[in-house]
Amino acid sequence: MISPASTLTDYTATTAAGPAVPSDATSVAAAKPDSRQQYTSLDVQLSGVGRAFGSRTVLRDVSLQIAPGEVLAILGSSGCGKSTLLRAVGGLDTGSTGEILINGSPVQRYDERTAVGFQEPRLLPWRSIHKNVSLGLPRSLSKAEGRERVDELLELVGLHDRASLRPREISGGMAQRASLARALARRPGVLLLDEPFGALDALTRLKMQDLLLDLHAQTGTTVLLVTHDVDEALQLADRVLLLGQDPADPDPAEGATIARLLSVPGRRPRDRASAELAALRGELFSGLGVDSHSH
Amino acid sequence: MTDTALSSTAAQPADGAARSPERRTRRGLPGGGLLIGAVVPVLLLTLWWVVTEVTGTFTAVQLPPPQAVLTAGIGLFESGDLFEHMGISLQRVLIGFAIGAGLGLALGSLLGLSGLADKLLNPTVGAFRAVPSLAWVPLLLLWVGIGEDSKVILIAIGAFFPVFTAIHSALRHVDAQLVEAGRAFGFHGLRLLGTVQLPAVVPSVFSGLRLGLAQAWLFLVAAELLAAAEGLGFLLTESQNNGRTDRLLLAIVLLALLGKLTDTLLGVLERKALKTWA
Repeated sequence: MISPASTLTDYTATTAAGPAVPSDATSVAAAKPDSRQQYTSLDVQLSGVGRAFGSRTVLRDVSLQIAPGEVLAILGSSGCGKSTLLRAVGGLDTGSTGEILINGSPVQRYDERTAVGFQEPRLLPWRSIHKNVSLGLPRSLSKAEGRERVDELLELVGLHDRASLRPREISGGMAQRASLARALARRPGVLLLDEPFGALDALTRLKMQDLLLDLHAQTGTTVLLVTHDVDEALQLADRVLLLGQDPADPDPAEGATIARLLSVPGRRPRDRASAELAALRGELFSGLGVDSHSH
Repeated sequence: MTDTALSSTAAQPADGAARSPERRTRRGLPGGGLLIGAVVPVLLLTLWWVVTEVTGTFTAVQLPPPQAVLTAGIGLFESGDLFEHMGISLQRVLIGFAIGAGLGLALGSLLGLSGLADKLLNPTVGAFRAVPSLAWVPLLLLWVGIGEDSKVILIAIGAFFPVFTAIHSALRHVDAQLVEAGRAFGFHGLRLLGTVQLPAVVPSVFSGLRLGLAQAWLFLVAAELLAAAEGLGFLLTESQNNGRTDRLLLAIVLLALLGKLTDTLLGVLERKALKTWA
């Protein structure tokens, strides 16, 4: 499981064998059958995805299959195209090459099957938390259904008693939870999170990670999580995708591609101090070009 | 999930909660702010009275005493001229402001939202804005004549540019991240405009409207000074020609009062809007 899967065949094999996801998912589904049924989780297939800005290639040859319900962390040094890849999957950026399929059909502009949680909460300052979360509701819902769903979500992220406050009246961590609730309001098949906890203090970040695990256990949705935090990736993800230069490629072209694809062992929540994770952490740090002895 | 209690950011709402009761007590003293605001006017009035009536530093032609201005006001009121002057001036300002501000909002929205319209029209609008608005007066008199229309048009020109500039630049600077978030959640076109862009510019639009209203009063006086048979600006020139400094001062005081009154009304609307949108 720990072996780096750096070529296409390698990681498709891993996916086919089924990493930690299915068993994990089934156990949670058994525990919470009701809330699980309301959500769908969709698979994502990337084939030869690339993106260039002008003459500068940022991303190239990313091919990867993400199973329904999987949590995939996307790691990489800053500016390596992590967010670019995420935005392409959500249809926020249409300039990418290659093919991205969600549940077998191509990604649309601002694809409704996905929902994005940004690094900043991006709440409308003139709306209450409740009304901000309701921005994420699908158009098809009636007013009453919408209100009910927002109430549920606020309960889920622990903000039910702050529903009537404005964004400036709550803390950064609460705002980020409201942003998560807004993303979940359309019950996305794929939840795209772009360094959602990056701007939070360390303690709040840990609590947000637990909340995300909680939400994932209850919704089962597929999650793509861009992060720069190796420990966060190891704590949350089924697999970790490291973007960068392919170590096996002797003469790499410009732009980041899949440098490593690692399956993270163990059921969540994981012991942050386990030896297995320590080995993976070392490998990821060296993949990021950081000397792991200093950590 | 009762997480952030220990985080540094959690201190902010606590702060806000602590501040708001204080704000409430300040608001709880009705007229408290008005009283403080009246201190300087009362002092000025007293000083005016002292230098005219007590020390006699100024003659009645240079600076008539306050009660002479009041008497002049009562005289005009009794003849019915006072409300006629005020009424026609107020009417010109309101109509001109409505037209100018309306056009400013419309054109400013168009250029603020459409990149194409901005590229196409902004240089032209910018060139017109560069013309000192009073330079239009001779042309207006030539084309429209010395009637109500030319005055209202001049006032509209005066009100147009502050409003246009405010909404135009505010729309161009709406937080791109909020707009993208709106799009990501399925908003586009008019719904995006109504949900994200317009609410975001409400505060700047109101400051533009208030500037526009001040400009409207400025251009009213300019228009009435140049050619009018009634109105406060006319009262100014007429009093100057007749040596009625008391009426001249009366006109100035009335302009100050009307200007302040209309601005205050707009300010009340602004506060209501900001409560909802900011």
